[in-house]
Amino acid sequence: MILDCLVTPFTGNAFMLNALMAGILVSIACGIVGTFVVLRGLAFIGDALAHGVLPGVAVAMLLGLPGMLGAAVGALGMIFGIGFITRRSNLSSDTAIGLLFVGMLALGVAIVSRSHSFSGDLVRILFGEILGIRTSELLTQLGATVVIGALALACHRPFLLLCFSPEQAEVSGFPPRRYHAIMLLMIALTVVVSFRTVGTLLVFGMLLAPAASAALFSRKITTMVLSASIIGACSVYIGLLASYHLNIAAGAAITLSASAIFFILLTARQLLPSPAPVQGRAA
Amino acid sequence: MSVCVEASGLSVGYQGEAVVADIGFSLEPGQVLALVGSNGSGKTTLLKTVAGLIAPVSGSIRVLGARPLASPARVAYMGQFHPSSFMLPLRVHDVVSMARFARHGLFGRLQAEDERAVQEAMAIMGVRELADAPLNALSGGQRQRVFLAQAFARDADLILLDEPAANLDGAARAIYRSQLRSLTAAGRAVILATHDIDEAAECDRTMLLAHRVVAYGPSAEILTQKAILSTFGMVGKYQEGGIVIVEREHGHEGCQDH
Repeated sequence: MILDCLVTPFTGNAFMLNALMAGILVSIACGIVGTFVVLRGLAFIGDALAHGVLPGVAVAMLLGLPGMLGAAVGALGMIFGIGFITRRSNLSSDTAIGLLFVGMLALGVAIVSRSHSFSGDLVRILFGEILGIRTSELLTQLGATVVIGALALACHRPFLLLCFSPEQAEVSGFPPRRYHAIMLLMIALTVVVSFRTVGTLLVFGMLLAPAASAALFSRKITTMVLSASIIGACSVYIGLLASYHLNIAAGAAITLSASAIFFILLTARQLLPSPAPVQGRAA
Repeated sequence: MSVCVEASGLSVGYQGEAVVADIGFSLEPGQVLALVGSNGSGKTTLLKTVAGLIAPVSGSIRVLGARPLASPARVAYMGQFHPSSFMLPLRVHDVVSMARFARHGLFGRLQAEDERAVQEAMAIMGVRELADAPLNALSGGQRQRVFLAQAFARDADLILLDEPAANLDGAARAIYRSQLRSLTAAGRAVILATHDIDEAAECDRTMLLAHRVVAYGPSAEILTQKAILSTFGMVGKYQEGGIVIVEREHGHEGCQDH
């Protein structure tokens, strides 16, 4: 009976198994990228990128082009736009991100409103269609996850230094601007390939919630990446089960699970005794 | 190599605005130069320019015979603080090991020699027993010792330290000063920024800064009451219960708690 409840939805329905695999791949990509988003305090730019792809996706859908192509153009537009505003004005990057965020979101809604199926298209873009994932899309997601993993592995030293101190990255021979740009491209790639699965709105939740949960108890960055990916995968599994049995939207159920796990772990940490201060001698 | 750092007609500052202009100095292997001045006098700006973190406003600077940042593995830099680093999931060993990344770039494997340098630096600064401790569980003084260990683990020819003795207790300060002597005996050059006249007095050379170069030369010669008065606007000395201000720039006398 319990097994039927927990396993059969995936073994008995190909669309559920595809959704689970796509969700796990999204979790791995978001676990890697989300760790750096959380550690470097890039949540706002992650949110802005997640929403900034909307006009690109909308235009692509209206023109009958692949949504992923439109999302990529939208994300690159956001990255270059933020860089342009911060270079050409005295405004902080937060202001530049905020300006582009609301501008791009409004532009996206305006473009989608020209479509005959406005609400359906918008919901599809914002919340994804994880239950309608095709094998070709799974392969694209797999390829993107491999690229993100390879980039994180290749750049782990500059990324670590960048989290620790951009000055230390610079004096160690790793230009911070270059590696910050690579990090932004990794966030953009994650958003672009994940929007079909969990949507532009919910991919941000998957970037943030599992990594924030992992940050509560991780003592090493590698542990944090692994924990965030596992927590994300658990959220996908729980969310899909909830969606199947309770007949609720799958993307929302997944992100809700990820957020719930964060609050459970946060409460657990509050209830546990605090570690004693570290004692050490001077010599 | 005869000169580690050579600057002439150097102006340092931000966005084209000079904080300190017309700086000239040279530093040879085995020498320690102290940059002394009050807050905002330009010590950190000059140190960052030598490190290559800030481009000079004008003039020239050569570090180990090339432009700054040309040899990352041969220059160590310890900034004043790393506020964003305090909450990172990093152990003490991870932080000190970062010093070795400059030698191996993106892909080179860390070798046994790197681990030896890391262990030695942690042992010198008394943090080896904290190797597995998370950085965010340490006190301010313990973190400062970790950051100093990171700078020493680089095994660099030129070491740049910004307020290195800040937060250190008496014992740790003595260890750090002893390490400076060992480094210079081994031919390494050090530039440090400090407020501490006693610390500067132990260095070979001192540059007094107050948005200009007040004085530069051998520490024993230039750390005069008059030069310190021009740099800080007052001269004080330690007495029981605090610092007694001996003289202010306008001849005022008074007492201030330590």
